[in-house]
Amino acid sequence: MSVTAGFGGRRGDDDERLPPGQYRVDDFPVLTAGPTPLVETDSWALTVRDDQVERTWSWDEFTALEVESVTTDIHCVTHWSKFDTQWAGVSVATLLDEAGVRDDAPYAQVYCYGGYTTNLPVEDLVDRVALVAHTFDGDPLEVEHGGPARLLVPHLYLWKSAKWIRGIRLVDHDQPGFWESAGYHNHGDPWLEQRYAGD
Amino acid sequence: MLRWRQATVTQRIAETDSATTLVLDVPGWTTHRAGQHVDLRLTAPDGYQATRSYSVASAPARPLAITVQRVDDGEVSPFLADVARPGTAVEVRGPVGGWFVWEPNTTDRVVLLAGGSGIVPLASMLRHRRRLGDPTPFHLVYSARTPDRILYRDELAATTEGEHVVITLTGDDIPPDWDGETGRVDAQTLRRHLPAPSGGLTYVCGPTAFVEAAAASLAVLGYGPTTIRTERFG
Ligand SMILES: Cc1cc2nc3c(=O)[nH]c(=O)nc-3n(C[C@H](O)[C@H](O)[C@H](O)COP(=O)(O)OP(=O)(O)OC[C@H]3O[C@@H](n4cnc5c(N)ncnc54)[C@H](O)[C@@H]3O)c2cc1C
Repeated sequence: MSVTAGFGGRRGDDDERLPPGQYRVDDFPVLTAGPTPLVETDSWALTVRDDQVERTWSWDEFTALEVESVTTDIHCVTHWSKFDTQWAGVSVATLLDEAGVRDDAPYAQVYCYGGYTTNLPVEDLVDRVALVAHTFDGDPLEVEHGGPARLLVPHLYLWKSAKWIRGIRLVDHDQPGFWESAGYHNHGDPWLEQRYAGD
Repeated sequence: MLRWRQATVTQRIAETDSATTLVLDVPGWTTHRAGQHVDLRLTAPDGYQATRSYSVASAPARPLAITVQRVDDGEVSPFLADVARPGTAVEVRGPVGGWFVWEPNTTDRVVLLAGGSGIVPLASMLRHRRRLGDPTPFHLVYSARTPDRILYRDELAATTEGEHVVITLTGDDIPPDWDGETGRVDAQTLRRHLPAPSGGLTYVCGPTAFVEAAAASLAVLGYGPTTIRTERFG
């Protein structure tokens, strides 16, 4: 560490809520690898599967499931964090339950409209808060933030909270997703500052 | 593992009233690919640190340079744009990003759409092309608010064979002698200046609103989503 002469910095008062290397924003920046895919709710579907069973919900079926609301801080690998964001959606545990997938699969692959994929251990989806969110700040989730529905796994960097989610597949072997194959960390815990492969 | 490296500013180039290029000497730095960015960290005397991402402006194999547009109420960019001088010590790590990159001989044609400081990683691609004398056709459409906000203006204007560069001004006060495009990037502007959407890759970089609008316009022209790569600056 070397001091940068002349730099004072601007300190927030919520430092203990900021993971290392993050700063607080009040707006909601957007980070996506490609153009925003437009998915109409009447052709939208969500599929949860393993190697045995498969369950698909239409938009109406999905939004009829029990709604869970969370207020949480979110952390993007590009260094911004946003506090107290309000989301509502269906918990991933509920979806896995309803689908009747096996409960011993170690990994999940998440795939999306537009082709994006990400991977994470199933325990990050069932032991922690994880939603397929359709509502942000009380309003339908906007398309640039992943609407009609996105995954929300707030305890990991936001690239794991895949936008425009189309399905979750439980598997025995971990397989890196889009950013995980492009030099980013496989797990992405902001408190351990797991930004890039090898961190 | 990407570790933090000591970096020293060796040169400061005022690009415009509000943007500055900093050339950095980074012992142990290897090189980057055109389009990648670095994370840059500043440390205050009491140990407080702030980190932001900046695209690499220079061509691969050239000294590492970034161009910082001052965000008036920002924490980091005013320091980099106005205060940093030769000798200023910062830290960098990277290069980061294996997706928003252009490599010679990988595609038939390149379309670059830049909004504001989104020109920076695209300039690295153009500089790379020129340095190598690569023949891949490049089409750049660059949107800036006012003439005094245009980065690398003379350099961009000095086109070589196979390059098409169009600058469009989006601000209210268009100078009478401006002979380029005016207005925001939309499907009409792009139709006038871009080739038909067959083959090639398109890179779009800038503020979110610009990237959304530009990508939507490309879709109207029939550019396939899988051929478009985007980078949003916030
Ligand atoms: C991958 C990547 C590459 C980037 N490359 C460059 C680059 O080459 N050159 C460059 O100048 N910047 C670049 N940026 C943006 C840069 O990381 C900072 O966000 C920017 O310099 C502002 O930081 P700050 O500390 O001055 O402002 P902050 O203190 O973070 O923000 C102050 C205020 O400005 C707003 N704000 C933040 N960023 C912007 C912005 N870009 N435009 C308008 N308002 C903003 C904030 O919401 C806030 O209200 C890049 C960002 C990313 C993610």
